Amino acid sequence: MAYSQKVIDHYENPRNVGSLDPKEENVGTGLVGAPACGDVMKLQIKVNDKGVIEDAKFKTFGCGSAIASSSLVTEWIKGKTLEEAGAIKNTEIAQHLSLPPVKIHCSMLAEDAIRAAIRDYKEKNRAG
Amino acid sequence: MVTRPIYLDYQSTTPCDPRVLEAMLPYFTIDFGNPHSRSHFYGWQAEEAVEQARAQVARILNADPKEVIFTSGATESNNLAIKGVAHFYKAHKDHIITCMTEHKCVLDSCRHLEQGGFKVTYLPVRPNGLIDLNKLREAITERTGLVSIMAVNNEIGIIQPLEEIGKICREKGVFFHTDAAQAVGKIPIDVEAMNIDLLSLSSHKIYGPKGVGALYVRRKPRVRLTALINGGGQERGMRSGTLSTPLCVGLGKACEIAGEEMLSEYKRLTALRNRFYSTLQAELEEIYLNGDLEKRIPGNLNISFSHVEGEGLIMGIKEIAVSSGSACTSASLEPSYVLRALGVEEEMAHTSLRIGFGRFTTEEDVDTAAQKIIKEVKRLREMSPLWEMARQGIDLKSIEWAEH
Repeated sequence: MAYSQKVIDHYENPRNVGSLDPKEENVGTGLVGAPACGDVMKLQIKVNDKGVIEDAKFKTFGCGSAIASSSLVTEWIKGKTLEEAGAIKNTEIAQHLSLPPVKIHCSMLAEDAIRAAIRDYKEKNRAG
Repeated sequence: MVTRPIYLDYQSTTPCDPRVLEAMLPYFTIDFGNPHSRSHFYGWQAEEAVEQARAQVARILNADPKEVIFTSGATESNNLAIKGVAHFYKAHKDHIITCMTEHKCVLDSCRHLEQGGFKVTYLPVRPNGLIDLNKLREAITERTGLVSIMAVNNEIGIIQPLEEIGKICREKGVFFHTDAAQAVGKIPIDVEAMNIDLLSLSSHKIYGPKGVGALYVRRKPRVRLTALINGGGQERGMRSGTLSTPLCVGLGKACEIAGEEMLSEYKRLTALRNRFYSTLQAELEEIYLNGDLEKRIPGNLNISFSHVEGEGLIMGIKEIAVSSGSACTSASLEPSYVLRALGVEEEMAHTSLRIGFGRFTTEEDVDTAAQKIIKEVKRLREMSPLWEMARQGIDLKSIEWAEH
């Protein structure tokens, strides 16, 4: 199976690999997928007081398409508001990376990861 | 110029040995006759070549040439052995015993027979990949007609105890078939000493051409088969159709070379394998070998690199051609059924690579491959949330994962 040039680029030069401190108030963490299914994504966002995502980091266990999907969304969500980031659809990710049908689940997982990170951030900040 | 990746997938297929190709060439052009033509020189020439090839195949099995029939490959041989014996003896014998880690063509032939009313026992394997001989003995009943257990597993390279299986089958009066596609030419096979009644082999796994294989069918005591392909009655009526002289010649030559070089290759590949594996072990923690190390052909390793997904790893080592135990490359998300049968957990099965060494693998190849794999596993572990969590002492099993 041939990977698209964009998938290869993100796989070989992943953007924003790393971790933010999950204990910090302004950090939201999303952990989605399952080891038994062969892919797990951790996506973290740091949100400023204007509600804008000022930093994003990821770590992914999975195939090249899963790594590329998560790398791509960290680029996309930086500078976006929570609402804008939450509106990103898996179809946009799949289309941008030219994912074949068997890899669509990677883009769905990346969408889930964004939502999970936003949810985590909101839950933390509702109480505070 | 495109540099070709280092080929380390010898269980998948092998290149045709130039000596094999050379032996085949005249039979495409000059000696092109139909080996079944009895009336003229062209037919006689081709027949002589086919019979010489048959003798070469027989020799590597310690069989009689009359007991060897040519097929299109091991898939056909396995189909013919299993369905052929089942159908011929079905009046009295309607039970077959095989094993969970067999090749798909054996399992699927058995499933097909089950749909036709046969009963099939799928023996489990122990964590090292070998069957439990007591379980085999217990599974045999008066209705058992055939035991089909592979000689060497295609994913994990382990060698089943053929001699012991053959002994049990002979004692109980049950035919013993073995799929030896991964064994012939790599380990000594002796159909007499091992009491093998039927044996499947493939040419392209032993440096011969693709599209040809053979089935050994014992004559004393005689094993009878219902043919799958009917026609002119070639191959003692068990497999009709004009034989391809060049393909048969290629398989024969491949067997001859494999037989001559088996011992030296065994030693050479064992050294290469050990060199490669010890390099990985020295540089990488938490890697696990799937399948027994001792009862294994030297040309195979199947390793789980924990917390690094196999398909992702393969993408990063594109200078090396290997295959993954993670089946995510296919439409299914299920990891290898062979690894699952050993009791390897799904998350570990997703992290495995099958690495195969063979006749044209050099020391430089394995050194280069080992370094590339080490570098990429380290890079991907730095990117793996599971590796990070394991480092922090988090028990991954304590987390409620959302399986998708």
